[in-house]
Amino acid sequence: MIENINVSLVDWSRAQFALTAMYHWIFVPLTLGITFIMAIMESIYLKTGNPEWKKITKFWMKLFGINFAIGVATGIILEFEFGTNWSNYSWFVGDIFGAPLAIEGIMAFFLETTFIAVMFFGWEKVGKGFHLLSTWLVAIGSNLSALWILVANGWMQDPRGMEFNPVTARNEMVNFLDVALSPTAINKFLHTLYSSYLLSAVFVIGVASWYLLKKREVVLARKSILVAAIFGLLTSLFTISTGDGSARRIAKVQPMKLASLEGLYHGREHANLIAWGFMSNKPVDMDKQEQKDFYYKIEIPGFLSYLAYADWNAFVPGIHDLLQGNSKYGLMSVKEKTERGRYAIGKLKAYKDAVDRKDNVVAETLKSEFLSKNFKENYFKYFGYGYITNPDKLIPNIPLMFYSFHIMVVLGFYFLLFFILIIYLILRKKTIENKWILRIAIWSIPLAYVASQCGWIVAEVGRQPWVIQDLMPAMIAVSHISTGAVQVTFWLFVVIFTTLLIAELKIMFKQIEVGPKEDGGPKNV
Amino acid sequence: MEDLKMFESFSYLFLQQYWWTIISLLGSLLVFLMFVQGGQTLIYTLGETEEEKTMIINSLGRKWELTFTTLVTFGGAFFASFPLFYSTSFGGAYWVWMTILFSFVIQAVSYEYRRKPGNFLGARTFEIFLMINGFLGTILIGTAVGTFYNGAMFSIDQMHFSKWETPYGGLEAILTFHNVALGVSVYFLSRILGALYLMNSINDNNIRQRAKTQVWYNAIPFLIFFLYFLITLLLKDSFSYDRESGFVYIEPYKYLHNLIHMPVVLVFLLSGIVLVLCGIWKGAFKSTSISGIWFAGSGTILTVFSLFLIAGLNHTAFYPSVADPQSSLTIENASSSKFTLTIMSYVSLLVPFVLAYIWYAWKSMDNRKIDAQDMKENTHVY
Ligand code: HDD
Ligand code: HEM
Ligand code: HEM
Repeated sequence: MIENINVSLVDWSRAQFALTAMYHWIFVPLTLGITFIMAIMESIYLKTGNPEWKKITKFWMKLFGINFAIGVATGIILEFEFGTNWSNYSWFVGDIFGAPLAIEGIMAFFLETTFIAVMFFGWEKVGKGFHLLSTWLVAIGSNLSALWILVANGWMQDPRGMEFNPVTARNEMVNFLDVALSPTAINKFLHTLYSSYLLSAVFVIGVASWYLLKKREVVLARKSILVAAIFGLLTSLFTISTGDGSARRIAKVQPMKLASLEGLYHGREHANLIAWGFMSNKPVDMDKQEQKDFYYKIEIPGFLSYLAYADWNAFVPGIHDLLQGNSKYGLMSVKEKTERGRYAIGKLKAYKDAVDRKDNVVAETLKSEFLSKNFKENYFKYFGYGYITNPDKLIPNIPLMFYSFHIMVVLGFYFLLFFILIIYLILRKKTIENKWILRIAIWSIPLAYVASQCGWIVAEVGRQPWVIQDLMPAMIAVSHISTGAVQVTFWLFVVIFTTLLIAELKIMFKQIEVGPKEDGGPKNV
Repeated sequence: MEDLKMFESFSYLFLQQYWWTIISLLGSLLVFLMFVQGGQTLIYTLGETEEEKTMIINSLGRKWELTFTTLVTFGGAFFASFPLFYSTSFGGAYWVWMTILFSFVIQAVSYEYRRKPGNFLGARTFEIFLMINGFLGTILIGTAVGTFYNGAMFSIDQMHFSKWETPYGGLEAILTFHNVALGVSVYFLSRILGALYLMNSINDNNIRQRAKTQVWYNAIPFLIFFLYFLITLLLKDSFSYDRESGFVYIEPYKYLHNLIHMPVVLVFLLSGIVLVLCGIWKGAFKSTSISGIWFAGSGTILTVFSLFLIAGLNHTAFYPSVADPQSSLTIENASSSKFTLTIMSYVSLLVPFVLAYIWYAWKSMDNRKIDAQDMKENTHVY
């Protein structure tokens, strides 16, 4: 197997997946949050009977519709890409991974699709109560779809609830609740949702601020800002606390990811958290204890130990410890793990050969050895390491990880302050109509998108080279297709998605410029 | 608690058959719902003025997502229940699936963006996107399903990793005329269904009159290609497997045998065909009837459902490999584990609820037909 792995095929396939997922993710967070904001607004409309709220709700719905269409367009590719580009992976873990995708379709996408039609076209056709219910169901449906896909993603980071079956050569699910309620998945779900709500709140405030700056739609803008600011303040607090939860999960299940987030080469007790810094581009010499790998950094003493293990003095392993092992803290070296992984792969191969030879006696013995507890805990656990030929490949791209993570966190605190400021102004001054504040609000929109994309880079790049943590590296997961084919589709995606993105942005900006209309009119403006 | 354990007590084989039946049902619903695609190819034929075109696009635009979601769920359910098919076919017939997907990507934005101010691509571009989707989506999905009967060029190694044995990424399927005949049948069928659906949903005499003609025009090529496909299918040899050893062998008249062994399926197939013919007849010749879509639609579902069932049940290899027959996929060797199928079966109990709320929501929305007035009043018009 290893001989005919084609590195450029793997890289192009990863590039394609990253491209399509990141495009998809441009649109998803707004859908997740703005549906709730709309539902809250429509609820206020029903409660107060004030038609102004209906107009406001409809205006945000229009922007939502534009965003939603392209979210759907980019999503379908992702679902099928597991099969087209990661086909070995689809078999190796399909028994576990397919289920959340199917449940997502049955439980979430149909809910969304059906009630979106009522929400858009039903204002005059169904009763007010049913219409409001539909709007809420759209919000719930989209959030449910996030749940299942994130359960799937959480499982890749922290595989559990399954057992390897040598007969079928794949992992099989043995405990559904372990998969669905995995703490990693739940944490991921909450952090993703709250951060998306936060993004949507920033979006609403930013767009409304533009109107205030132009002195237009003042009532709509003020009311929208009020709803969004409260929503945003709450969710930014939750974003930070679930982000902290994510870091703790990473410390448990993906220590290499944690080390690379902080650029921590050598582990230590009472480890400092780098609040911000600039990395030097000097090549790293792993064997030196003290290295200056930062030009400049601001540190919070002991905070990394606390963040990861809730203990100011805990030991946080560095990249060096994870590769070379550290007997003091009971860390096994990669060399040892690789040997054990190779042993597991060898045993599987021997079993398969015995089956092919129809040598039932040998096959049965090997199979029962394979399934023994000792083998699973001491050898199969490192199965994926058996494919690793160069341990350096286990280190994710450190500068990318470091900056993405720190940008996300800094922005997380920035948004908290931002919402506090807005609410303070509303409460004390009754208005936020200061030119500078309005401009800051508008420019915060792209920042929220940056934070959100950075989050996924942290989560996904930090997982490399694993597709399934410790069990399957990307080079084994990839489909046996020609690199040329993937290159062609990659560029096709670049062209199509970029064109559609430009179309979307133009339509979105135009729609904001046109603003809400009382009746909508035949041209749907 | 005992009575809560219904799916646990079923055999593995039963669950595999149950899931093949669900896949078949989803596949048949998908083909029916492709009236949206068929309708998209008729935008210019049925709509001569801008207003007529707008009505047609809006009528389809209120349903397209349902077809789309069914496709997505069909994919997800196939992945969950028969992951080896997912990995083998998608990873191998790369070009076929990618082309299908591209055609759905451009569809997804077209309705919403077509006439929005600020659209720099112009309305026409998005109408062409809809035509492309209507044309490629139907023909290629039909052709791809054809390989369920004629086989594909893959092999699977001892680790269950698959490999495609041609450099054409599945496009070689068009060299088998029988596959193409199915693709073309699906295309014309979707146009018939599209015309019947539009007749039903738009209250406009000109459109109804033109749609009638289209039903008839498309019925002729549809019947020729479909009958060719069906007769060839019943007369051809295909891949059977031995349940004990899993050994795959060729059996003459395999699909005919399947129908004889499963008479219920034969009844479905025959009544499906009769219903489709009925729908065509109503649509094309009965001057006042707009109910053709219900006949042709339910007939389509029954026919496609039975065609899927004979592809996978009664120890038939549902995805035969021509390159290496012993690699052929069967519902037994390609399925998820018993545990996963059991869990998924509980999830499948949601399906009736899903169908019920879809039905309810639509009924409340469709009690008024689309007409020119509606296009002026509604606040969300494509
Ligand atoms: C359910 C699974 C799942 C989910 C929800 C996501 N990803 Fe992912 N991602 C994968 C499953 C995956 C993958 C299939 O496993 C890839 C392809 C190859 C690999 O190693 O991981 C991957 C790769 C991958 C890469 C390339 C990393 C590298 O090659 O260094 C990036 C940047 C992203 N993803 C980004 C995202 C974004 C922005 C997502 C938000 C929608 C996202 N991923 C959701
Ligand atoms: C990488 C894995 C992913 C796959 C395979 C995937 C698949 C899909 C598909 C097929 C659709 C279109 C469904 C339809 O409406 O018919 C879709 C839309 C959607 N997806 Fe994803 N998705 C992925 C990642 C995510 C993530 C991580 C989230 C959320 C946290 C998410 C949330 C959504 C939402 C909210 C929609 C609705 C459309 C929109 O507004 O964007 N998806 N996705
Ligand atoms: C103090 C603030 C924050 C902290 C401590 C934090 C922490 C984290 C961590 C550790 C991860 C990686 C999780 C993993 O690899 O499994 C993550 C992921 C992510 N973050 Fe943050 N984050 C913060 C703020 C934000 C903000 C402001 C946004 C966006 C508006 C955001 C969006 C995301 C997204 C979309 C992901 C990927 C999904 C996931 O893995 O959960 N985060 N965050």
